[in-house]
Amino acid sequence: MIRYALLRLATALPTLLLLVTLSFFLMRLAPGGPFDGERSLPPQIEASLRAEFHLDEPLPRQYLRYLGGLLRGDLGPSFQYQGFRVRELIAAGLPVSLTLGMCAMALALLLGGAAGIAASLRPGRALDQGLMSLAMLGISVPSYVVGPLLVLLFAVLLRWLPAGGWEPGRWSDLLLPVVALALPQIAAIARLLRGSMLEVLRQPYIRTARAKGLPESRVVLVHALKPALLPVISYLGPATAGLITGSVVVEQVFDLPGIGRYFVQGALNRDYTLVLGVVLFYGATIVLFNFLVDLLYGLINPRLRQS
Amino acid sequence: MFRIRYGLFWALCLIAVLSNATELQLGNGNEPETLDPHRAEGVSASNIVRDLFEGLTSVEAGAAVRPAAAKNWEVSSDGLEYLFRLREGLRWSNGEAVQAEDFVAGLRRSVDPATGSAYAQMLIVIAGAESVIAERQPIEQLAVAALDAQTLHIRLQVPTPHFLGLLSHPSTFPIHRPSLQRWGRDFARPGRLVSNGAYTLESWTPQSSIRLKRNRYYWNDAQTAIDTVVYRPSEDSNTELKRYRASELDVTYEIPLQQAPWLRQNYGRDLHVAGYLGTYFYGFNCSRPPFKDNPKLRRALALAVDRQVIVDKVMNGLALPSYSLLPPGLSGYTPQRPVWADWSREQRLAEARRLYAEAGYSAQRPLEVELRYNTHEDHKRIATVVAAMWKQWLGVRTRLLNEEFKVFIQNRNLRKITQLFRAVWIADYDDPTAFTDILHSNHGQNDMAYNNSEYDSLLAQAAAEVDPSRRRGHLAQAEQLLLRDQPVLPIYTYTSKHLVKPWVQGWQDNPLDIHYSKDLRIVGRPAEAAR
Repeated sequence: MIRYALLRLATALPTLLLLVTLSFFLMRLAPGGPFDGERSLPPQIEASLRAEFHLDEPLPRQYLRYLGGLLRGDLGPSFQYQGFRVRELIAAGLPVSLTLGMCAMALALLLGGAAGIAASLRPGRALDQGLMSLAMLGISVPSYVVGPLLVLLFAVLLRWLPAGGWEPGRWSDLLLPVVALALPQIAAIARLLRGSMLEVLRQPYIRTARAKGLPESRVVLVHALKPALLPVISYLGPATAGLITGSVVVEQVFDLPGIGRYFVQGALNRDYTLVLGVVLFYGATIVLFNFLVDLLYGLINPRLRQS
Repeated sequence: MFRIRYGLFWALCLIAVLSNATELQLGNGNEPETLDPHRAEGVSASNIVRDLFEGLTSVEAGAAVRPAAAKNWEVSSDGLEYLFRLREGLRWSNGEAVQAEDFVAGLRRSVDPATGSAYAQMLIVIAGAESVIAERQPIEQLAVAALDAQTLHIRLQVPTPHFLGLLSHPSTFPIHRPSLQRWGRDFARPGRLVSNGAYTLESWTPQSSIRLKRNRYYWNDAQTAIDTVVYRPSEDSNTELKRYRASELDVTYEIPLQQAPWLRQNYGRDLHVAGYLGTYFYGFNCSRPPFKDNPKLRRALALAVDRQVIVDKVMNGLALPSYSLLPPGLSGYTPQRPVWADWSREQRLAEARRLYAEAGYSAQRPLEVELRYNTHEDHKRIATVVAAMWKQWLGVRTRLLNEEFKVFIQNRNLRKITQLFRAVWIADYDDPTAFTDILHSNHGQNDMAYNNSEYDSLLAQAAAEVDPSRRRGHLAQAEQLLLRDQPVLPIYTYTSKHLVKPWVQGWQDNPLDIHYSKDLRIVGRPAEAAR
């Protein structure tokens, strides 16, 4: 198992290197530069800025310089946020994105799981149809609609919760963005688990378990749920990575200082190092969560572990 | 027992004092790029830098100049020599004395190309600055000198009536030399930044908040009413509005255009809309067909745009119709107006059609033109309306080209593929030259490629003129040339737009939209609104 884990981690490194290389050169292909703005800079000033960030060097040398920095754990300086290293910006946004993403995923698992199981027990009945209609609504209504509605109701009209912003340690800031971020995931998990549960509940071993007189709760929660979770777990890997790496829309609607905004702002401002840093972080997170999913698969399904 | 009671008493006193501490929450647009006064470029950064630092002068609500770090000054009769005397007892936020040499260092740093200041060009009025920037001459060539710890001497290249106003700009602010020496360019961070303004930097959480606390060493701290100022960045004006409605912000950075009618109805008392020294215009590329050597065509297109419709229907009344690049509100200057600005629409259209025909276009041979703008809903709406007007009144076929901002700027600067493009210019200082200069044939901002030696000569005459009235005359003549040649098509004059809570007192609208937190106070804020 340890050997398998190490092997998986070793194969991730070339993937990340490829990701960085492609992103590095693709960013440079985009027209316009980091110092192009509504106000034109005199050529001497622009040359000075380009020299400061080594943009006056040949591209291969810039690439090697960047890789050298990576080896030392330095993601370079941000072009846009002067005085900040990219590492610092990601480190500042990470707690926000991590807290939000994990809370949203926990909520989604809890509510989505419960709804999926409840719906699968009475297929075609009112509860099932009601829950699945709600799930469809959750998937269809985007967070840029749900977010402002939540703010309007709970912050502006009722004044129960803040309309936006982030103060470390103030949990009330989390509630609305977590709900907005979790809603589509709740719906997706509910639908996924319902389908998977329905399939498992038709299996002969479930009939045997019922014939043996086991209580229904044990049949459902122990015998059926474990195998039914497999598709949900494979969904959880990229979904959790997606939630942690930040939702641009939710961050914007709630004025949250997460990582997602840096990606968009970095790309629009041609902040090459910031974009590369965020891409690398995204890549590493996705690789990590896929790896964790594989490990979980092995824990849940012993056949996979043996193979 | 007595000790416990005594401790409890002082704890309660402390809580009472702390709860009386006033905090101002300000919406501030995009995350500032830096708080380094000489590298800050955007409005959101400048707002904060003005609270942190203080220049020799500052501007009053009416954009008039008032003494700030300088107690007083003398100007030579030829308008070229300035002698500033600093106030006694000026201190940095760490208690060290502010000296004239700190201002010299600040100005030198701003002009030095190695700093990369976006405003270096603005300081070429100081003798020696041009050679430092263009020819890389030593920075000591800049004609700025500290005569003693309290006295600063500046020699100008040309008499510059707006020079005192220029000295309220962040790029002219002093620098705490030991901090710069110790931290280099990374000095503008919490725990490192030493400032001389009414506030000092307490914390900076990127994309979340920048917190300033009052600087007890500030010379006029006794008059500062607000203890803590929190700047909150927000990229979306709708989100900012919601936070204002929930009383999480006391002042907004802007307001969403589409919400203007609703805001007027529901927040009329809080809404502050005032003239702003900025113009939204379309630039004609005068170096390429179809606009090269074709002022008649440019004028025909300018005449056929009904600005009032754009202001009323697209801008929801949050702008003023504009007919000249120079906006109203410039101190001591009345912008020129084309005669046709006062004509009826029928008269304008008749003239537009006549000029259009004289330029060689007709219904059978319509003008086909590309109009470029960067991706933004408001730019798109304006471009669509303008294209519809041209189509309806002249038969012009306009191709709207929406480009990503950096692509758009690059194309505009290259002047090769552009024909007609969106542009904007906001004044950095209160003087007509803030606008007229950008159309000088050598100016880096002249993406219109407008090249008129007569115009350049009038600007040179104005620059050399000491007499304010004659100077105004030269500038008015230059502006008349712009109206005749029409290298730009002005559409609207900007307004500053803020929502200000009724408990924020001292807020005064002004044409440069500059507001110092030290001039504000909070009176009667309801308890539920205090965070």
